[in-house]
Amino acid sequence: MLANTKSEPVVEETNEDKAVDMNKNVYKVDQLNLWYGKDQALINVDMDIPENQVTAIIGPSGCGKSTFIKTLNRMTEMIPIVKTNGSIYYRDENIFDKKYKVEQLRTKVGMVFQKPNPFPKSIYENVVYGPKIHGIKDKKILDDIVEKSLKGAALWDEVKDRLKENAFGLSGGQQQRLCIARCLAVEPDVILMDEPTSALDPISTLKIEELVQELKKDYSIVIVTHNMQQAGRISDKTAFFLNGEIIEYDDTSTIFSSPQDKRTEDYISGRFG
Amino acid sequence: MRAVGDETATGYTQGKGKNAANISSREIKSKLFKGLFIGATGFSLIVLLVLLIRIFTQGIGFLSWDFLTSFPSRRPADAGIYSAFIGTIWMMAVTAPVSFVLGVGTAIYLEEYAPKNRFTGLIQMNISNLAGVPSIVFGLLGLTIFVRELSLGRSVLAGGFTMALLILPIIVVASQEAIRSVPAELKEASYGMGATKWQTTYRIVLPAALPGILTGNILALSRAIGETAPLIMIGALTYVAFLPEHLLSQFTVMPIQIFNWTSRPQEEFHFVAASGIILLLVMLLVMNSIAVWIRNKFQKRL
Amino acid sequence: MNNRSNHSISKMIEEKASNRGMTKFAEGLMPKVFLTCALISILTTVGIVLTLIFETFSFFQEVQVAEFITSSDWYPLHGDPSYGIRPLITGTLMIAAIAMLIAIPIGLASAIFLSEYASDKTRRMVKPILEVLAGIPTIVYGFFALTFVTPLLQNIIPGLSIYNALSPGIVVGIMIIPMVASLSEDAMSAVPQSMREGAFALGSTRFEVAVKVVLPAALSGIIASFVLAVSRAIGETMIVTVAGGSNPTTSMDVTSAVQTMTAYIVQVTLGDAGYGTTEYYSIYAVGMTLFIFTLVMNVIAHIISKRFREVY
Repeated sequence: MLANTKSEPVVEETNEDKAVDMNKNVYKVDQLNLWYGKDQALINVDMDIPENQVTAIIGPSGCGKSTFIKTLNRMTEMIPIVKTNGSIYYRDENIFDKKYKVEQLRTKVGMVFQKPNPFPKSIYENVVYGPKIHGIKDKKILDDIVEKSLKGAALWDEVKDRLKENAFGLSGGQQQRLCIARCLAVEPDVILMDEPTSALDPISTLKIEELVQELKKDYSIVIVTHNMQQAGRISDKTAFFLNGEIIEYDDTSTIFSSPQDKRTEDYISGRFG
Repeated sequence: MRAVGDETATGYTQGKGKNAANISSREIKSKLFKGLFIGATGFSLIVLLVLLIRIFTQGIGFLSWDFLTSFPSRRPADAGIYSAFIGTIWMMAVTAPVSFVLGVGTAIYLEEYAPKNRFTGLIQMNISNLAGVPSIVFGLLGLTIFVRELSLGRSVLAGGFTMALLILPIIVVASQEAIRSVPAELKEASYGMGATKWQTTYRIVLPAALPGILTGNILALSRAIGETAPLIMIGALTYVAFLPEHLLSQFTVMPIQIFNWTSRPQEEFHFVAASGIILLLVMLLVMNSIAVWIRNKFQKRL
Repeated sequence: MNNRSNHSISKMIEEKASNRGMTKFAEGLMPKVFLTCALISILTTVGIVLTLIFETFSFFQEVQVAEFITSSDWYPLHGDPSYGIRPLITGTLMIAAIAMLIAIPIGLASAIFLSEYASDKTRRMVKPILEVLAGIPTIVYGFFALTFVTPLLQNIIPGLSIYNALSPGIVVGIMIIPMVASLSEDAMSAVPQSMREGAFALGSTRFEVAVKVVLPAALSGIIASFVLAVSRAIGETMIVTVAGGSNPTTSMDVTSAVQTMTAYIVQVTLGDAGYGTTEYYSIYAVGMTLFIFTLVMNVIAHIISKRFREVY
């Protein structure tokens, strides 16, 4: 399989350059199963995640959507009782491979969490945390990174005069955008967002949604949301999870206008969840 | 209720008889015991007050600059605590870093690295058992291992090491609590950036846990400053008219000097002892205040 | 803004990743360093146990085990020395018993007050004061016992000698009041509020709730606190050394001088018993006895409080 996917671009590149780029996948999830102790939380998940698009994951609480996004950067490993099988290919490499370095994966795949979780440090130190742990020490470069990342997260104008202040002084929405800036600082390839607006007020939510639209030009984004309208507003593709299985995965417009599965329709129309 | 006349009240009592009498006697009993409980609690506070006043009035007369800067003497009027005070500082200079490194290291291991298995459980249980071992037994350990086996002699180093082991359990438990209270989200954020375990521990967990760790360390050190028995065991001297010059010098500490003065038959020496106690208590007060100050200043942050 | 065209940072990170030997080195080293720290605590216990066993063994090569256990005379300095541990144990237990007579009622009553009666404000005021009481060095308590409590008691009991069991016993009791109070209060505070509410709803007075509902529910935690306090009293050294005297006796007279195990160890250390003499080894035999006493107490307390945790 690995060899197969690798040879593909070469063939297609000669034919139709642009189309290949549009259809390229960053992730290919193959028969993923996950257990918390004896309880199975993900069942035979197959999913391709496209490059430079926003992929939304929706479903009722407890359906496994948060668990799924956390397997994409192997954060589920932090819980000792979790067991997985199957494969996840990121850029054609199986991230469960024994030789695969998890730190390298997480550098390329950033994550924004449910609750804003800035470090108890200054705004500046929050942004440069990633570059610093990866060995960048040059003050001038770090300064540039801070400006660029905060601008990228649409926070620069609000905080440029108080970069040395503690990040806890920011509002919830600002903190979440700071967390996004912290992600951008290492120039990742993919950004995973686990219900990034669930702890925020409507105006802050709107700002984040606009930001996501802006970011997808440069990044591939996977976003878990409990809010169907949000998925409809910002995503290109949507996957509906139920009880650990993917029920339906398609273009967002298709999922919301003409779902194939009765359960998807019920959920979309608000009959449960 | 009281507005109702006496007659009614009497009538009520007569009418309902036993039950009402029962209620009032139960209420009296409850009030009586409340008084007793308050009295018991007050007892401790009064004892503390008496102890402090007593020591203060006994010792204040001898407390002077000369007392702080003089060596001990056979004449109470000339006796000073200089060598013991400096000895305590020397010993702390050994105990503080050793116990900090060992204690915090153990806490980091137990909270961040240790697998959840029997061996880890054993270490944890061992630490809580060590906390219950009488300090004089630590003294026997220090005498045998540090003074004799490692040939450190009756030195600052031997005393400092013994004290470090004695307060190790306190530091480990306090540091564990501080590390455990660092929110999991912060660690997640760090790992999510591709940080390794040590990078996360060093850059995120330790700075966030530091106030709690420092508070625990200071409180543990204040315990070490007041300890007497283990140092008698390792042979800290009771009459020292010189200052330690290096880590292998012989030394004495304040509690031992106080013990020495207390054991003398002349009453004047008891006053000198009280002066020493005032100085010791002031040191403890300062250390505890710093600990409380750190706790209050940084507690809100997390 | 467009970072696809300008990949400098991610490229830099990739380049750095290849030569990050230090990070890798630290990552491998640190767990071992911390494990070593943790092992020191195990080594300490092993050191204590081995030290006591070896030196006690040396002691028993010169003194019969039977004599140590059964003889009721402790005359190590006598021309014909006798090493029967019973007088030292008697002295130790006598002091502990007096201490518990003080600490149990007062500590428990304080705990009931703090847990069942006191307002939050009072509790926040009283508890730090109890902590101060617990933080006073034992040598200070010893001084207090000798120079204040003993003369005070001599006014009441004319026959009281300057060194006696009563005064240090009382002061050891005072020293461990905070321990009993705070551990018992923890146990009582852990009793669910719903149990209290149920009793209040039936018309119980506060006292009845405290004594008939909360106390029984928290009993194992409270008893564990007593046992730990006894262990503390048995291991206490300076108060008994300063105010208890050095007279090993099996007599139960609290008004005359006694000697505890801890006080004996201090006495020998301060004296000029040479290294390798029977007298020198005897402190390890006594230390061993003391260690076993406190260890048993601590294990009992652990078992009791473990059971208590299972209730809720």
